[in-house]
Amino acid sequence: MYTATFRYLRAETLDQAQALFGEHAEAKYLAGGQTLIPTMKQRLATPSTLIDIARIESLQFIRREGSALVIGAATRHADVAASPDVRASIPALATLAGLIGDPAVRHKGTLGGSIANNDPAADYPAAVLALGATVKTTRRTIAGDAFFTGMFETALEEGEIITEVAFPLPERAGYAKFPNPASRYALVGVFVAKFRSAVSVAVTGAASCVFRQEEMERALSKRFAPDSVVDIKVSPEDLNSDLFGSAEYRAHLVTVMAKRAVTAALGS
Amino acid sequence: MTAISLTVNGASVRADVEDRMLLVHFLRETLSLTGTHVGCDTSQCGACVVHVNGRAVKSCTMFAVQADGDDILTIEGLAKDGTLHPIQAAFQEHHGLQCGFCTPGMIMTALDMLKRHEKPDDATIRHELEGNLCRCTGYLNIIKAIKAAAETV
Repeated sequence: MYTATFRYLRAETLDQAQALFGEHAEAKYLAGGQTLIPTMKQRLATPSTLIDIARIESLQFIRREGSALVIGAATRHADVAASPDVRASIPALATLAGLIGDPAVRHKGTLGGSIANNDPAADYPAAVLALGATVKTTRRTIAGDAFFTGMFETALEEGEIITEVAFPLPERAGYAKFPNPASRYALVGVFVAKFRSAVSVAVTGAASCVFRQEEMERALSKRFAPDSVVDIKVSPEDLNSDLFGSAEYRAHLVTVMAKRAVTAALGS
Repeated sequence: MTAISLTVNGASVRADVEDRMLLVHFLRETLSLTGTHVGCDTSQCGACVVHVNGRAVKSCTMFAVQADGDDILTIEGLAKDGTLHPIQAAFQEHHGLQCGFCTPGMIMTALDMLKRHEKPDDATIRHELEGNLCRCTGYLNIIKAIKAAAETV
């Protein structure tokens, strides 16, 4: 399949990327391209210019900064999954990155690209929301819970580029995902993060946008154990229903995945 | 059109490509390296897997212009002087193929896998093969072949 015609421009720096974006109407940034290129092949996206930001070196890093793990936006999923720093500080995040797509997709796909696209079934949004991460861009810093605004919608403005994501280090965290057997996207994925004063539970795949499950958060704040969530019945109202699973099935999976995520968190 | 220069299987290549040309079409149609296959064309099946700078990627989900300056390895670059690469030999020996359509992608994925996992167990091999579909073998002999290849690579 061929995409519509477009002009390809490679940016070496963030300044250059933003300047190019300003100079070209209907431009789009290209990072790993693992969603954008298939979308363009289906002609669901027809940008006239692609500005490749995947090679900008300042966007590729993983480092500890105080009590946070900071990851550059153009860091590939495979690098997050294999990083000793990630494995040591937030092992659940390495696990999550290693479950995205397949090895070839993980070699190209980026953290920034995943959250900027905000696919309702993507994995990273669950980690950003549950860990209370902050998203840094070329213009500002956005709190994780203000970043995802709806299906494929984020707080990002036209031309704004995500530069890094800072993940606060939890005491414990776990991620469990029931993958769609064809796409490997989450039919339901649950990320559980336990901090000293609070527990967050974020659910992806189940609804039109990642969301927090507050009933489970309250139960886990009282007692952080798999048994605390097993009897919580999630309402299927507003959950996705499609060929792969009804809203009722997804509601059931939220509880099962939450239980597995807590078990994983306790095991790590 | 954009002028690109890259290395493909050790040889320098220069070409003018349309910006929207996918890497897989550049390899197959411009360079006549037809060992890399187009299966699903939707980033699922892995028949088009090649290595870019030493990492397995789906060449149907990348534009040729993105590979400007890169080092590409395709299935044609594996055998040396008429001798099969150990992974190719293991696929032959263990009957890791029937129709063979998925095989180039399977082998390029296996090579990438064995770089990261010295002696992978069955579960690791299955997880690593999630991006490669085979409609003939039921995967068992592919897994056997990769395990055997791990002993010789």
